[in-house]
Amino acid sequence: MFDSTRSDKIFQVINYAFLGFILLIVLYPLVFVLSASLSSPELLLKGEVWLLPKGLSFDSYARVFSNKDILTGYLNTIKYTIIGTAINVLMTIAAAYPLSRRDFVGRGVLTVFMVFTMFFSGGLIPTFILVRDLGMYNSMWALILPSAVSVWNVSIMRTFFQTSVPFEIQEAAMIDGCSNIGILVRIVLPLSLPIILVMIMFYSVSHWNSFFSALIYLTDRAKYPLQVILREILIQDHMGEMIDTFDEGIIRQMLLAEGLKYAVVVVANLPVLMIYPFIQKYFIKGMTLGGLKG
Amino acid sequence: MKRRHFGAQSTAVTVRRILKNWDLYLLILPVVAYFLVFHYYPMYGVQIAFKNFFANRGILGSPWVGLRHFERFFNSYYFWRLLRNTLGIGLYELLVGFPIPIILALSINEVAHKRFQRFVQNVTYAPHFLSTVVLVGMVFMFLSRTNGVVNNVIEFLGGERISFMTEPKWFKTIYVLSGVWKNMGWNSIIYLAALSGVDPELHEAAKVDGASQFQRIRHINLPAIIPTIVILLILNAGRVLSVGFEKVYLMQNSLNMEASDVIATHVYRTGLLGAQYSYAAAVGLFNSIVNFIMLISVNRIARRLNETSLW
Repeated sequence: MFDSTRSDKIFQVINYAFLGFILLIVLYPLVFVLSASLSSPELLLKGEVWLLPKGLSFDSYARVFSNKDILTGYLNTIKYTIIGTAINVLMTIAAAYPLSRRDFVGRGVLTVFMVFTMFFSGGLIPTFILVRDLGMYNSMWALILPSAVSVWNVSIMRTFFQTSVPFEIQEAAMIDGCSNIGILVRIVLPLSLPIILVMIMFYSVSHWNSFFSALIYLTDRAKYPLQVILREILIQDHMGEMIDTFDEGIIRQMLLAEGLKYAVVVVANLPVLMIYPFIQKYFIKGMTLGGLKG
Repeated sequence: MKRRHFGAQSTAVTVRRILKNWDLYLLILPVVAYFLVFHYYPMYGVQIAFKNFFANRGILGSPWVGLRHFERFFNSYYFWRLLRNTLGIGLYELLVGFPIPIILALSINEVAHKRFQRFVQNVTYAPHFLSTVVLVGMVFMFLSRTNGVVNNVIEFLGGERISFMTEPKWFKTIYVLSGVWKNMGWNSIIYLAALSGVDPELHEAAKVDGASQFQRIRHINLPAIIPTIVILLILNAGRVLSVGFEKVYLMQNSLNMEASDVIATHVYRTGLLGAQYSYAAAVGLFNSIVNFIMLISVNRIARRLNETSLW
């Protein structure tokens, strides 16, 4: 017949080669951005940076931190992320806990009521009109309230409550005269810290990265979050490429702006990069718990 | 179901159970209010798609015009272009973006060195946390005609520099591949979780029978994750026409419009920038309905073909 151990060895080699290729593809752009941000802009623009920083320089970072728009955007984003995430997590707990209780009458109906919104929506225009009519146009609340709860995250949290906090313990507390809210605060939540961390991470990353709501609801430049400023720096500036320009001054300007782009990408993702190693073991659990129980 | 026989008594029991848990209802009340206001009210408001909406007359006070906005959309010059682009990007993404995380998960699962396995996982998950703005910004930087790395390589190899971002023919490929780069690792998590549930004894038995590693993947691991694949395929099929607005919008420019104009950006442009609320709401509603029909039909097909379905 055929030699299975030999074919297994070949398979292993191919498999490692494949994963090596994937690693290269994912890592290279990330490493390049970091190296480019630390290189001198002139060498970067001559195309001399390939993998490691050339002519180590912190000029680009100095330019980032002296840019008023970026600083304001950063502070705004921090504010929106903290307030938004706090509301998200409280609302998610408020939805998930009752739905996790098997003695909660109406949980089937309420689940359908929420899940339906995942598959059908009124669309952008009616939502926009509503937000405007509620007087939230050009206010922070337009970025926070319309996405106060994610059905997917409620489902993750409910599954966690059901599988990790035995209902029998809760029943025992009920017999001792503990109220439902008391059970939630004193028994369920202390046992659910890992999932609360996952929720904080999911929601805060989505606030940190959110761009669209700010684009459509904010008009006041002083309220712009980081992503809107980033777009101006990273993308709109690139439109200049469409016009063929030979003006030395403009080219010089573009050259300097180029180094800034790489540094700003690093700075914008710094908070996520810093917490990533600490939370990665939790979010895998969160993702898998999400269960496909929709 | 037995309780049905004691109608009155069971109603009393239900009422008592509701009263006993009154504080749970109080707890969930703000959530219910949120869904009513921010999700169900816009569904009610979508009736402006059949009206001529005037802000000062409100949703109810605006006059009905029937299907006029829909007719205008179906007959417009943009209709086929929008449908072609939206469907084209959606299907391209499904075709390329859907299988890759499955292959990646099957491959990661075969790695014997646990530390290398974790390393691959952590690296491939990382891009998921980049924002769309940063991702598109990076795409612009790497593909830039004047100084992007990709064009530097092309020139180095003796090729001609390409203006990737302004040529319509490159748009869909760049859109899909950058999405794969960002999400393949993250999307593989769910398959890896399903794979970790495979009974090791199945593999031992197959080994005794002389099955090669590849045969074991094909006949043990792959079947084990088929239910997960089917569920995710249904969910993705329901989204085929809801190509993410943000990314398309950010990558769009006047030169690649022929390939990049999709329903979502058309709604944004005509509705919010052009203030044609009713027309844009009609276009958006058309999109929602098509998505919903897709979801239901794929779910039905899946239910008929095998036992797995969403409901």
